[in-house]
Amino acid sequence: MNIQGKRGLSRRQLLSRSIAAGATFMVGAGYVAAQDATWATEVVALKPETMATLVQMARDIYPHDHVPTEFYVIAVKGYDTEAAAADIEAGVTALNAAAQGKGYGSYLDMGWERDRVDVLRGIEQSAFFQQIRGGLVTGLYNQKAVWPLFGYEGESFSQGGYLDRGFDDIAWL
Amino acid sequence: MVAKFELTDNSVVVIIGTGAGGGTLANELAQKGVKVVALEAGGRYLPQDYINDEWDSFGQLAWLDKRTTSGDWRVARDFSGLPTWIVKAVGGSTTHWAGASLRFQDHEWKALSSYGRVDGANLLDWPIDGAEMAPWYDLAEEKMGVTLTGGRPGLPGNNNYKVLEKGALELGYTEVHTGRMAIQSNDDGPRMACQQTGFCFQGCKWGAKWSTAYTEIPEGEATGNLEVRERAHAARILHDDDGRVTGVVYFDADGVEQTQMARIVCVAGNTIESPRLLLNSASEMFPDGLANSSGQVGRNYMRHVTGSVYGVFDKPVKMWRGTTMAGIVQDEARHDPSRGFVAGYELETLALGLPFMAAFLDPGGWGREFTTALDSYENMAGMWIMGEDMPQETNRITLNRDQPDQFGLPSPNVHFSDHPNDIAMRNHAYQQGMAIYRAVGATRVFPTPPYPSTHNLGTNRMSENPRDGVVNKWGQAHDVPNLFVSDGSQFTTGAAENPTLTIVALAIRQADHIASEMAAGNL
Repeated sequence: MNIQGKRGLSRRQLLSRSIAAGATFMVGAGYVAAQDATWATEVVALKPETMATLVQMARDIYPHDHVPTEFYVIAVKGYDTEAAAADIEAGVTALNAAAQGKGYGSYLDMGWERDRVDVLRGIEQSAFFQQIRGGLVTGLYNQKAVWPLFGYEGESFSQGGYLDRGFDDIAWL
Repeated sequence: MVAKFELTDNSVVVIIGTGAGGGTLANELAQKGVKVVALEAGGRYLPQDYINDEWDSFGQLAWLDKRTTSGDWRVARDFSGLPTWIVKAVGGSTTHWAGASLRFQDHEWKALSSYGRVDGANLLDWPIDGAEMAPWYDLAEEKMGVTLTGGRPGLPGNNNYKVLEKGALELGYTEVHTGRMAIQSNDDGPRMACQQTGFCFQGCKWGAKWSTAYTEIPEGEATGNLEVRERAHAARILHDDDGRVTGVVYFDADGVEQTQMARIVCVAGNTIESPRLLLNSASEMFPDGLANSSGQVGRNYMRHVTGSVYGVFDKPVKMWRGTTMAGIVQDEARHDPSRGFVAGYELETLALGLPFMAAFLDPGGWGREFTTALDSYENMAGMWIMGEDMPQETNRITLNRDQPDQFGLPSPNVHFSDHPNDIAMRNHAYQQGMAIYRAVGATRVFPTPPYPSTHNLGTNRMSENPRDGVVNKWGQAHDVPNLFVSDGSQFTTGAAENPTLTIVALAIRQADHIASEMAAGNL
């Protein structure tokens, strides 16, 4: 699940060959990229718009403004398989239908998080929502690269524990 | 050196399970010259194998066999296939436990007499008391090297403890300390001293925490009297026409059914598996399950009144650094019905890593209310509520024949609903816990629901009268003289203390009894 610049495309080519999908993403043939092209990911089984919607949905379910979007991409990339695609496409279609019911063209067209969250509240009990939310609990928070963004230090055994490294260093009490 | 016994050897004591109860019993009997075969469902993992990563460790150690849940507890909704957080490995849940080693208070041995009748609760006095148990507690504390007992120094308090201590003292609590812990606190003991590494729940990589996996089991094996069979899953217990048990059928590491003959069988598979095994051993002579003439096998399932309180502060705490259970407030452990409930509870520090905090802070929660909490993870302190819950006949382990396990055996269903006394106690504890953190400047507090159960008690309970329970004061089945229960399922009531020390003390005492009865020709 590498997130990388689309192979063979320069940042400028990416920008010129993509179309905007909502405020955050661009999509092109077989890929989704950030609007500023700082990252892009290929999609093999899902429509690029579907992957972009999943990533936005992941951000809206567990929004951390200091966590870059590429970690959310990694968290949902596992759904881009032939086995999972049909259910995911159906779920995103239903999500877009709910957005259309509120007068928007699609979920990604909703500019305010609160409007998207309203839509998510409406499908909260669905198997699709629960699948995405449940998957994110480990998909997002069990990425070791995410831990430092929350201050979490992970294992310390390799460094001899915290006995001499601040287990009791609290100074503000 | 390590013993190897024949399947047909009917002179051995067969112990099912190698955790706090079974592992201790196995070593104690082996030390006395008794030949023991211990059947352990899990594999053998030692400190060098433990993984300081929450999910990876969970995959390595947790008991993940097929189980179902019912009842109104939130675990049945949020973790429907995972009623417990216990271990499937040599050493059982002594691999996972945090090390808190507290004696019961005297009144807790006599819950019915102390609290009086409580509607909907199946309270009963234990057939033993604090005075009888005191010398066995002494032996258990010595064996486990419990801090703040026997002249052993306490552990130093980490950041998480310091926050708890300051808040508790602000509230006027006085019984606040770093706990009586089975964790080596100095360089004078048999185990290495604690290095404040964290990850106590994932197996101590220093071996500083007492676990039967690397204390009792190898000591027992060194006598030449103990054979531990790993990945041996007990299926049913056999008996003869006189109603005495004769052996245990189990599935070996290759999934092949084997039968080990036995002189005595001791069941120590934890409070879910032990009654399940007795129920799965039903026969023409015992149609309701082995040792179940009382109908109490599987009933009175207790899990302690638990819950957590997390507090967020405006500066870092880094609660994950150091021992997971780093200190305790004991003032509320007393029985004081003026609080609106009977029995009492302890408050003990607890820390989760970011991955488990995301899973357990508010299971199913999402959106900014949830994520802003995790954004402050570094500034969080945490504590666990640990109180006595009411035994209820309807909270029970039953067989789920529709959902068999990997061996085709009926799986256990775990049914649990809170008693009103449990709810009142938990709410009181939430209020006190939140007040502790607010007293030191918490900007936000979280009364977090109970996790899947680590303390599992009561489903083969001890009773004076055979009508009221499954085993007598020695853990010996009322109905079957050469069948014993050696784990937390024999608890008559749960008390407000973490159960391991009492399980170990009971196991030492039971070994003494079994060995002397064998010597006297009574068993």
